[in-house]
This record gives sequence, C-alpha cells and structure tokens, in this order.
Amino acid sequence: MSEYKISDNLAVSESGFLFMANSGESFTVNETGRFIINNLKENKSEEEILSLLTNEFDIDIDTAQRDFDEFLTLLRNLKLVEEL
Amino acid sequence: MTKKRYEKPIILKQHSGMMNKFGSTQTFRPITKIDDVEIDSLTEKFGSPLFVFSEKQIREKYRKLNKIFKTRYPKVRFAWSYKTNYLSAICSIYHQEGSWAEVVSEFEYDKARDLGVKGENIIFNGPFKSESALEKAIREKALIHIDHFDELYSIMEITEKIDLTANVAIRVNMDTGIYPPWNRFGFNYENGEAMLALKRIIHDERLELKGLHTHIGTYIMSAEPYRQATLKLVDLAKEIYDNYNVRLEYIDLGGGFPSNNTLKGQYLEAEQLLPTYEDYADAITSALFELNLPSDELPVLTLETGRALIDDSGYLITSVFATKRLSTGKQALIMDAGVNYLFTSYWFNHKVVPTKEISGFTENTIVYGPLCMNIDVIRDDVVLPVMHKGDKLVVLYVGAYSVTQWMQFISLRPNVVLITEEGDVELIRAAETNENITEQERLPEKLSDFTLTD
Ligand SMILES: Cc1ncc(COP(=O)(O)O)c(C=O)c1O
Repeated sequence: MSEYKISDNLAVSESGFLFMANSGESFTVNETGRFIINNLKENKSEEEILSLLTNEFDIDIDTAQRDFDEFLTLLRNLKLVEEL
Repeated sequence: MTKKRYEKPIILKQHSGMMNKFGSTQTFRPITKIDDVEIDSLTEKFGSPLFVFSEKQIREKYRKLNKIFKTRYPKVRFAWSYKTNYLSAICSIYHQEGSWAEVVSEFEYDKARDLGVKGENIIFNGPFKSESALEKAIREKALIHIDHFDELYSIMEITEKIDLTANVAIRVNMDTGIYPPWNRFGFNYENGEAMLALKRIIHDERLELKGLHTHIGTYIMSAEPYRQATLKLVDLAKEIYDNYNVRLEYIDLGGGFPSNNTLKGQYLEAEQLLPTYEDYADAITSALFELNLPSDELPVLTLETGRALIDDSGYLITSVFATKRLSTGKQALIMDAGVNYLFTSYWFNHKVVPTKEISGFTENTIVYGPLCMNIDVIRDDVVLPVMHKGDKLVVLYVGAYSVTQWMQFISLRPNVVLITEEGDVELIRAAETNENITEQERLPEKLSDFTLTD
C-alpha cells in the first residue's frame, strides 16, 4: 500500500499534462515525474516505485531515493498529494 | 535491456498565458564547445570553475571594431584599457594587434612596461597618479591625461625639478545628456574649467599639449552622447587653435561601448536593444569632421574601448555542486563559482546556458554561488532545464572586469585558460594556492602557538 495518496481529481495525460478537475489548475510533468505519479495513483508503495524506477531508467537507487523525496515535496507544495 | 535515460522527476504549475514546457519566456541553446574545444575536456584538464578566453574571438572583434572606425576616419588608434582585463596574455594579444596601452595606476603602468610597451605608447589616465609614477611617466614620454589642477601643478613641479618636458592632455567632463553625468573626473567643459587648464598648459614651456580626452561612462546605450562629447572636444580644439595656434595630435573618446551583456532591470536582451558599433562610429567620426581640416591635418582618433572588445570572448564554466528545492518549489542550484569570481553579476543578468542537450523541460531557476552569503546569487531567475549535481553551466560574456575585479574571498581563484587560434589550450593564469595568499602574511611571534579549549 502506498503511504501517499494522489488527489482523485488529478487527470494525467500521455504527453505529460496534468489537470486538477476541482481547481482548474494545470501542470506539466516530465517522463520520470509522470512515471511516479502514475504509480502513486495505482497505490504502489515508495519501495515498489523506486524499484520500478531503477529498473526502467538508468539511475542508481540512492539518487532515485533523493529525487523521489524532492519530487514529493513538490507534490505536497502543489497540494497534489496527501500523506496517509 | 537498455534502460531509459534518467532525468530527475519534476512537476511545474502552468500559469495561464505562459507555457513552461514549450516555448518558455527565455530560450537557450546549450553550448558544448568553445571554439571547437569540448567543454568537458577543458574541465577534465583544468578543473571547475574555469575561465576560458578565445584568442580567435578576441582578434576578430578587435579587427571588426577597428575596421568600422578606419573605414570612416583616416587615423584611428586603440589603446587597450588595462583595468578591463590585465592578464598578460590578453594584453599581449591587443598589443600584437597594434593597440597601445591605457593605464590608470602605477601598477598597470609597470605592467605595460614589463610587457614591452614603450612609455610613449602608454596613455596614463586616472585621478590618482603618485609623484613617483608621474616622474617615471614624464621620463619615459608617456601621455599623461591630467585629471585635476593638483595633478597639473605636480607635473609642473616635477618637470622643472628634472628639467624635462612632459607630454600631456587633459581629461574633460561635460554634459552629454547622460544622467547622472560623470563629472568627478577631469575638467569641466561648460563652466570654462577645461579651457583654463588648457591655457595653463599652453603657457608652460615644459608641458607639451598633445590631445584632449574624455570618457563619458561605461555601457553607454546610445550613440548620441558620443556625438555631443566629440562636438565639445572639437569646440575646444578649434578654440585653442584659433587663440594659441596649437594643433592637437589626437582626440581621445575613452571607452564605454556596451557588450552583449544585459543590464539588470533591462527587459529586452542587449542584442535587441543596443545601437550597432557603426552607429557609435558614425556619431563620433561625423562630429570630428566638424573640425573642417584637410585629411592629413586631422587629429588621430584614440579609443580606449574595453568592455566591448573583450566581454564576449570570455566564458566562465561552473559546475552544479548541489541542487535544492526552495520552499516555493523553485529549482535552486549551488554552483562552484559565485560573485567572488563574478563581481559583474551585481550589474548584469549574466547569460547562463547548460553544456549539454537535456529534455525540453525547463523551469525558472535561481543560481547561487558557493559563498555563505545571501548576496551570492549569479541569477535570481533564469529558465534552465532540470539540472543535476555535476552538470555544468557556462556563463557568457564575462571577459571584461571579471578577472580584474574578482575577489580572493572564502576560496582561491581558479585557472584561466586561452584557446589559441590554433586550437591549443594554454593556461594563462594558474589557480591560486594557499601559499600564494599566506606568503604575504606575517605572523607575530607571540601568536605562533595556542592551546584550544577541551
Ligand atoms: C579612462 C577610461 N578609459 C577606458 C575605460 C574602458 O571603458 P569600457 O570598458 O566601458 O570601454 C575606462 C573604464 O572605466 C576608463 O575609466
């Protein structure tokens, strides 16, 4: 189970555009960001996501962990995620 | 299975009317090479941060500016403004191109002499010339541009004492429409002070009046002030010819043409805003023709151009030491070079560009230097791609007033290299060592040992 919950109102498009249905805000996200958001939406845990990320992309686990933390801070700032 | 290229995950809010992803407000093209030399190979060999100068670009720019003036006026002379960049290699390139030296201190004067410039090819400017420096300059026949009456009296005393004549000009300040006017240097035109100084000089048989000088400011964004300044010097030249039958050898318009850098608070980039060098040349030379003299009797036009000649040929390569997210979500970079090496970032929004192609994803970024000081900011808002530790940025147009005004503050100053016309990379100033700094210090005996608290 995921420790974080992405807002149900967030729609993610293939091209990396995000739209918050309730507020009308839109966002852009890069490929790795979209990867994380999609997995969070599927309720994957942090550990699972990191493992998927390092399998799919050319990156070591420590850097991935650091960047994941930073990305979550961004999501929190933008109020797109809640802690469970 | 080959894995996909990784880029740090990032999300940006879209503001209406402003696209972050496609077509941001500022654009950049990465720079991977300087004159065909890979940036990575430069930092591999010489470390980061690293100042890089291009000999080819320096010479091309000089020849271009020289041509613009020479095709408009028969006698043109450049004098390299040492304070703009007095690395020996840089000065020597200009001297090889034929430039004289323009110096504003005894240190710079001696430096020009050490490089092999004869006194008679040195223009000695500035408000602070020591007696010893003046005496040396008089003996070596340098052109002394007098700044104030006390300096004039000193020169009169010295020439009398050593029984030699001095080659002099005066620096003139005037209203050219620029605000605030630079009136602290030289003798004023409008209130008659300049004419008074000229009279004193003409009446002293040990003073040889050679020319008139002005320097109306730096980064002057319009050509009109140069026309005004030239017309006023032309007026003085006519008056001293009419009244005293003295013909001047030269009229010196100083420096002040802008470079490609963009001033803080300037919305448009410099390239879109500034007149061309041809405009400046037209303004100056057309005013000189108001002298109404036959070509062979015209005075030499001297130019002390600094910034416009060297700025665009200097680069600073700097590496991302750490990345951060500010509480606002903004990307922040901590670079290995800051305002200690880029004093000029107080005035300019220096152009910074990445050194490799990264995905099209860009965001507003703040670029910090490494110092523990709040003011240590290279750019407070610049569009950059997502950056990672170890990535590099190139700061463009940093050839002028960088490696002369840089500070040895908190850390040591880095290597400076020159890419030669042949494509070789030559070290022209080695990175400082602790010994370089501490060898100037003296530790009093009683302070030479200590015991620390537990
Ligand atoms: C007397 C004099 N000449 C020339 C220059 C060079 O000016 P710039 O770099 O603006 O061309 C300066 C710079 O301050 C100066 O003071």
